[in-house]
Amino acid sequence: MKLTLQQVLAIVQKDLTVEMRARDLLVLMLTFAVLSLVIFYLALDLWGPVVQRVGPGLLWLTITFAAMLGMGRTFVREYERGTLAGLLLAPIDRGALFIGKLVANLLFLFTMEAVTLPMFALLFGLPVLRPSVLLITALGTLGLAILGTIFSAMAAHSRAREALLPLLLLPTTVPIIIGAVQATSNAISGAADGPPWLGLLIAFDVIFLTLAYLLFEYAIEG
Amino acid sequence: MALSKNAGGARRWVDDVLGVATLIGMVVALWLIFIYTPVELVQGAVQKVFYIHLASIWNAYLSFFIVFVASILYLRRPSAAKDRLARAWAEIGVVFTTITLISGAIWGKPIWGTYWSWDPRLTTTLLLWIIYVVYLMLRGFVGDPERGRRYAAIVGIIGFIDVPIVHMSVRWWRTLHPDPIVARAEGPDLPMSMWYTVLYCIVVFTVLALFLVRQRLHIDELRETLLDLRMTAR
Repeated sequence: MKLTLQQVLAIVQKDLTVEMRARDLLVLMLTFAVLSLVIFYLALDLWGPVVQRVGPGLLWLTITFAAMLGMGRTFVREYERGTLAGLLLAPIDRGALFIGKLVANLLFLFTMEAVTLPMFALLFGLPVLRPSVLLITALGTLGLAILGTIFSAMAAHSRAREALLPLLLLPTTVPIIIGAVQATSNAISGAADGPPWLGLLIAFDVIFLTLAYLLFEYAIEG
Repeated sequence: MALSKNAGGARRWVDDVLGVATLIGMVVALWLIFIYTPVELVQGAVQKVFYIHLASIWNAYLSFFIVFVASILYLRRPSAAKDRLARAWAEIGVVFTTITLISGAIWGKPIWGTYWSWDPRLTTTLLLWIIYVVYLMLRGFVGDPERGRRYAAIVGIIGFIDVPIVHMSVRWWRTLHPDPIVARAEGPDLPMSMWYTVLYCIVVFTVLALFLVRQRLHIDELRETLLDLRMTAR
């Protein structure tokens, strides 16, 4: 158990070190996220009551697409440099590899959101910096990262590379996106009726985590 | 591989029986649908599409369940036969999901006044269709055949588990936006003749699916034989 934790931490540390030195991933995700907010504003002419209604959806579209862009890169980068082959040769438990990758992806996404959420609040005037919204964001991001980690590992090994990731990730993460948007919407407007989205998000995360954990070794193998 | 062992006679015989059974069964189904069952009072003749619609979605779910099981078995112990079986059923599943969507739209236009509504069932079915179209595309995208089969199996498992979750989430989401024009597909009480026809159509469509899958597997085998012959000819 202690060994597994060490392995997870080693993977996370490796990913963070690589990112600290290159910094391309975070810059890519952040630039993309801010850019999408601007494009959404221009394309949809967002002001007044419209923002109240579609704001949470836009926030989650931005997060989803930025996350997809970033997570797609993490494995492709390692695949190209032969890091992945090295990781597979190393005496590391496949489960530990998955958790390590997941935690690293989560840390990248949280960093991206730490800038995107205040930007969103500033640009669209919605109070998304409340603790409740932050909790929802964490849970939704976890769901995205879980499926993103296994699917981006698959996408990196394919000929189509990152192009495959949206095709796999978008249809399967629909529950996470719906849950996150609805929960965010309720948290902002203070509405308490409707299904318990927060609990559902947790349930979705648990189901996807179990599935991805069990299947990851087949996604990464040889 | 399992099929090629009893090649020739036995297989042709089963295929012939399935083919003839499908043909006769379909003709009888048409008679049941258009002549035997009464015309629905409110909806009129368009309600008849319901029999095909229901039998198609049954086939789709059956297909994707078989894909799910075959995918699990494949990951536990990979074999070309399991992968071929999963792919053949996935193709048939996509075909019947397409028929479900189209027949639903045909029914929706006169009854709901629109070909498409974002009813939870429609939304889920569309996503189901997309997931399995991606499943079928996956092998071509991956390149390495063994890896492609393995990845397809992963999607075959995640996709199947995902569908009920998608359905629940879409339904809960829709409870906040009640859609008044969305009526229940079936009336409160169906006459027995309609129920019999529904059940009968489900059986016949399942036979049709079996027939199609066997044809699909046969084509795969021929293709592999052809590849082998080409390799040896070189």
